[in-house]
Amino acid sequence: MAKDPVLVVFQLTGGNDYLNTIIPRNNPLYRDYRKLVVIPEGEEIPIDDDYGFHPEMAPLKPFWDEGKMALIHGIGYENSPRSHFRSMDIWHTCEPDKVGTEGWVGRLIKTVDPNKENVLTGVNFGQGLPRAMALPGVPVASVSDIENYGVLTGITAEDQRARALERFARMYSPAIGRGPVMDYLGQTGLDALKGADILKTAPEKYSSTVEYAATPIAQKLRGIAMVHLANLGTRVFYTQHASFDTHASQMPGHQQLWKDCSAAISDFFADLREHDAADNVVMIMFTEFGRRVRDNGSGTDHGAGGVAFAIGDPVKGGHYSEYPSLKLEDLQEGDLVPNYDFRGFYSSLLEQHMGLDPTEIVDGTFEQLDFIRK
Amino acid sequence: MAGKNIALMAHLMRRAGFGAAYEELEARAAKGYEATVEELLEPDANGVPEYDELTLARYFPDMEVPSAPALGTANFMYHLYTTPRPLVEKMTLFWHMLFATGNSKVDNPPEMLQQIEMFRQHGMGNYKELLMGVAKDPSMIFWLDNNQNHKLAPNENWGRELLELFSMGQGNYTEDDVKMAARAFTGWTILPKIPRTPYQRHHWKFIYKAEDHDDGEKTFLGHKGNLNGEDIIDIIVDQPATAQFMARHLYNYFVADEVQVPSWLDFPPRDPEAVKAIADTFVKSGFEIKDTLRFLFNSDFFKDESVWFAKVKNPAEVVAGTIRLIGDFKEPRPGVLPIGLEGTYQGQDLINPPSVEGWHTGKEWVDTGSLVRRVNFVADSLSNTDMPGVQAIINRLGSNGTLTPEQLVDGCLELLGAIRVEDGTRQQLVDHVKASGEIKRGSSEDEVRAFGQRVTEVLQLIAATREYQFG
Repeated sequence: MAKDPVLVVFQLTGGNDYLNTIIPRNNPLYRDYRKLVVIPEGEEIPIDDDYGFHPEMAPLKPFWDEGKMALIHGIGYENSPRSHFRSMDIWHTCEPDKVGTEGWVGRLIKTVDPNKENVLTGVNFGQGLPRAMALPGVPVASVSDIENYGVLTGITAEDQRARALERFARMYSPAIGRGPVMDYLGQTGLDALKGADILKTAPEKYSSTVEYAATPIAQKLRGIAMVHLANLGTRVFYTQHASFDTHASQMPGHQQLWKDCSAAISDFFADLREHDAADNVVMIMFTEFGRRVRDNGSGTDHGAGGVAFAIGDPVKGGHYSEYPSLKLEDLQEGDLVPNYDFRGFYSSLLEQHMGLDPTEIVDGTFEQLDFIRK
Repeated sequence: MAGKNIALMAHLMRRAGFGAAYEELEARAAKGYEATVEELLEPDANGVPEYDELTLARYFPDMEVPSAPALGTANFMYHLYTTPRPLVEKMTLFWHMLFATGNSKVDNPPEMLQQIEMFRQHGMGNYKELLMGVAKDPSMIFWLDNNQNHKLAPNENWGRELLELFSMGQGNYTEDDVKMAARAFTGWTILPKIPRTPYQRHHWKFIYKAEDHDDGEKTFLGHKGNLNGEDIIDIIVDQPATAQFMARHLYNYFVADEVQVPSWLDFPPRDPEAVKAIADTFVKSGFEIKDTLRFLFNSDFFKDESVWFAKVKNPAEVVAGTIRLIGDFKEPRPGVLPIGLEGTYQGQDLINPPSVEGWHTGKEWVDTGSLVRRVNFVADSLSNTDMPGVQAIINRLGSNGTLTPEQLVDGCLELLGAIRVEDGTRQQLVDHVKASGEIKRGSSEDEVRAFGQRVTEVLQLIAATREYQFG
């Protein structure tokens, strides 16, 4: 039986440095611009004649070699404000020109599950809710600790908590209360309870030989793996890691970020593969913008064009779109100029991987790339 | 009678502030309702101390001049739960929710806090003066692109939102009026500021650039002339639609939840007479907010039991209200940042509304994610027996003679602020207490602790009810 496609959205928060992630190793301009915030020659991990990975991305190299990693070059949109929050909002809402409040992932969830048949169609691992998932009427579980998620988790005594939750369900029953707002709260509370009840089976069912690191990102991906492996019908996961905003001390900072992320991603897919549950999963990594071509002596400042990733068995690996020109005359305000609209990236995933019509979700028609296997 | 007075006072404090612990309710009820309204409206005349900025500066310098947005959020939230002047802060929040300006674009938390401070200083003064302050506020100018509104290339963003969201509301002006308003505000801009590096952020300054101002004749809402921004504001404030719109906002914020603002054109107010009465007072007073609030809080339509618990609490009220109820932060302690973030995780990121329309309010504060968050935060807080407010509730219940399950439940509901729940909910709470066995009190350490646990269990369950989401 064919499995439903699953998307894992992994946000690199802060603006990941394109140049030191996918290194244009034989382009002399790279070392012209980057005097101090640079990967020394020979230390990068070559992936072909022209490019190399950041040395800490070694755990991700096998995905490239297997043809399961797509690099989407020069991704972004016109007139980047180079502001974290504005840029991130744009990626979340697909609204580059005006302030948007509806998230594309929220729309995705609504398209996949219009009748709210599964309150766990979309699950966020982190605190609060990213705007990408915000859409009125769309239930989303936001899990900060999978082993301890739910209503009244402060009641630690198990039997006491069980009784409290049973009482909660009774107090939220439709039999009590008058008026549309009480009804709405009743339904919301019962949905939340149902979601938590279902989610708590995930750690219970989980067993794996993979030992994830104790880092926050590894634990988040482990949580996602747990929920995915528990077959709860979740179609989209969201998480993020911060902070890639390396204005200063970028050499050690960026190194640690990629060390933690690469190990976590590698463990995540190893976990899924061990359980034969990887073949329908695509993970994407994106960031709100790349960083300046010239370093500032200790780090780099906000740029424009960046790189996004798609990793997974359904992915047709390779380079997509174009690495923007590093030539001075081709830069805009000292930054790489994006040449591929991020909404095309979303559209490719929505249509080719998730099997959905992307037009309403990203609010338009955008050029798609061919990085999903047919 | 005493019960009703406390209950009414609890209603007033929830609406005109962020709630209060029971002892405070008793003290205020003893002073009397009208006297309390006066004290809330005129803290200076009534000897209520001002906000203690020195404590903030001494213990939380990082929050006083925030470098990160979350610290700015934490600063505003800190004011809400520590202020001696709850109505002043409640109005500050009102204006922030109305003149919604977002740090996501302004990208300058200290600048945003200056705007908040303007609301704090002038939010209970004169509406026209406040609107002028907003028109010259650098964060607002940048947020709504009025710095890009030029004589030769107008930008309508500020002009439009001024009419649509900040004064008259949709349906009371034409597109031409929007264009004219935009032209009238050309030249109202900000000086470029010193760059952020290397010495951190600097403030913008408002400047009027006469050379960039469109001096041509304009016709705005029937008035003709070389209208400038001040004239637009004068004309707007005199419009009956403005009084009506602002009155409805005050009703929505203080009295009972209305539908969302975009639907106001299609749905009349739930109490049109009350809104009209507020609007009339607003006009008669010369647009003085204090006088209007005095009228509102003393009106039957506010005091009537039918509007008690008729509003879904916003996250700021949930968080600040809980902190005040349990008596946390009577003295500075570490942990102000997570408290600020709690509001964010519950869906209200102070100093960073999602758009100029502000936040969706009423029942839209609640979704599966935020409900879990609200319930857990309040339940955890109310189970913290280290908190003086929680101890006070336990001690008060412990000082009675024998305690039946009904008395325990009713006692908890009362001490939490005369909370009302449906009969069915109350029965569930009573049944829960019954199912947990006899309520024992005694003086031994174990007995005291056991009794405390019985009480906090009930408090947690009350925090989890649907009814507790209302204020």
